[in-house]
Amino acid sequence: MKLHITQADYDALRAHGEETYPHECCGVLLGHAKDDGNHVSAIVRAGNTRTDSAHNRYNISPMELIKIQREGRKQGLDIVGFYHSHPDHPAMWSSTDFAEAHWFGCCYVITSVDKGKANLTNAFHLSGTTEDDKAFQQEEILITKAVGENA
Amino acid sequence: MKINIPTPLRAFTDKQATVEVNGATVQAGLDALVAAHPELKNHLFTPDGKLRSFVNVYLNDDDVRYLPAAEASAVSADDELTIIPSIAGGTGRPGVGASRVLCCR
Ligand SMILES: [Zn+2]
Repeated sequence: MKLHITQADYDALRAHGEETYPHECCGVLLGHAKDDGNHVSAIVRAGNTRTDSAHNRYNISPMELIKIQREGRKQGLDIVGFYHSHPDHPAMWSSTDFAEAHWFGCCYVITSVDKGKANLTNAFHLSGTTEDDKAFQQEEILITKAVGENA
Repeated sequence: MKINIPTPLRAFTDKQATVEVNGATVQAGLDALVAAHPELKNHLFTPDGKLRSFVNVYLNDDDVRYLPAAEASAVSADDELTIIPSIAGGTGRPGVGASRVLCCR
């Protein structure tokens, strides 16, 4: 299983983390779940732009998520993952990221933003089907030239 | 009513993104959904029958937890229920302290 994403979307989600630095950014990956992994067709920025939040917190409200899901479905797209940034912190999931992860089968993308520059971007697939057997598994990010392409 | 199913739960609805059920209230709709797709039960509800804390249910644009009648709220045939698991915690609710949750440290 690999995460398939275009160069443009990949660059955009990394740039988002640079823009919100030193705060976290977050967003939604829309696309299709296929046998070889999740394919991203579009990314949607999420989260409010309030700056009163701590640099180490992020959250997408359920209503915002519902609106993104509605818009996606109009284009035939489903939520296949999420992304957020880790300002001055490694691109690895935290215990809180794991505890708060409930979208089984989806991909959680984390970008470390060091001193304002996007550094590493890692993808973690949330496997399992329940809170008891869930696990984050790192997966390869496959950059494609165009949506749906395989190389 | 129509119930929108999020991607992670479609494994239990034969991949359907929406399920049409009959019921006069939110609770009746959820019960009908679980009756049609029994595997969903454990994913939506705790053993004592309460919605799991990270599972949000919206009646159109309203969080069911905050409707005056909550799960007993009346639903008409053209209403929509949406089941949406939370992302990064369930504290983004009015009146419950901080609207953001600690993520990484
Ligand atoms: Zn995180």
